[in-house]
Amino acid sequence: MSGNIVNMGAYIGAGLACIGMGCAAIGVGNVAGNFLAGALRNPSAAPGQTPMLFIGIAFAEAFGIFSFLVALLLMFVLKA
Amino acid sequence: MEQFGIHPLFGGDTLHWYTPSNVTLWMAIATLAAIALFVLGTARRSIIPGRAQGIAEILYTFVHDMVVDTAGHDAVRFFPYVMTLFTFILMSNYLGLIPGGFTSTSHIAVTAIMALAVFLTVTVLGFVLNGASFLGLFWVSSAPLVLRPVLAVIELMSYFVRPMSHSIRLAGNMMAGHTVISVFATFGFYALISPLSVIGIVAMYGFEVLVCGIQAYVFAILTCVYLRDALHPHH
Repeated sequence: MSGNIVNMGAYIGAGLACIGMGCAAIGVGNVAGNFLAGALRNPSAAPGQTPMLFIGIAFAEAFGIFSFLVALLLMFVLKA
Repeated sequence: MEQFGIHPLFGGDTLHWYTPSNVTLWMAIATLAAIALFVLGTARRSIIPGRAQGIAEILYTFVHDMVVDTAGHDAVRFFPYVMTLFTFILMSNYLGLIPGGFTSTSHIAVTAIMALAVFLTVTVLGFVLNGASFLGLFWVSSAPLVLRPVLAVIELMSYFVRPMSHSIRLAGNMMAGHTVISVFATFGFYALISPLSVIGIVAMYGFEVLVCGIQAYVFAILTCVYLRDALHPHH
């Protein structure tokens, strides 16, 4: 067991950043679930709002991608 | 992670901005594939479309409807731009799914250029078409007067984060998908769990086919949303 304490911190930080990916998953599920709930109440209006579903998913997902990027940066770029 | 490595195409190991690399090669292949689909596919112009012509017509009407529905009828003059972005990203994403292929859109350098081009187009277009009233985009007139300066700062920040999130979303999704597939592939080294690894790879590959299409669609539709801001800042 030997190593650099900076590396340890980077790996712990990368693991912590992955919490953000889980939170983004909650957000995407929220968007899709609410869309489905609305679409089942008024199915005839649903096809017109499908682009809004994808825009909402994309915005929610972006933050998960950001945290994934932070994890990758910590593991492969900022490593001492 | 060597599937994302960039190396010069014709030997040597120095990379300049003009060196033809594997990124250049796969971007050229994506462009040629798009041209082949649209030029050769519609060359016969038959009344009853064949398979290639059918795909080309579906893509054309799909993007056209997307531009009209999202950005309005006067945005149709930007349809060629959105169509180019959409088909290029779609072809790059799907070419990257070929085993041994290279995903040029998994590099932030590639997607950042496209996102910055969209950002500059929207900003210049907004000021040319609307003049100083384009700044009304940041001054939310429907909010109470006290809140407006706070909202203006937030709107300004979210405006300048746009090219970043626009590019990182596409590159991150592509890179994440391919990384997950290669992580499942490394599980195949252990004989005990290798059947699970194969099932996992097949499932992730199917998911990636979906994600590649959706990300190209999301990039194009966000371009349309940003164009709508430039064309109609007050709505």
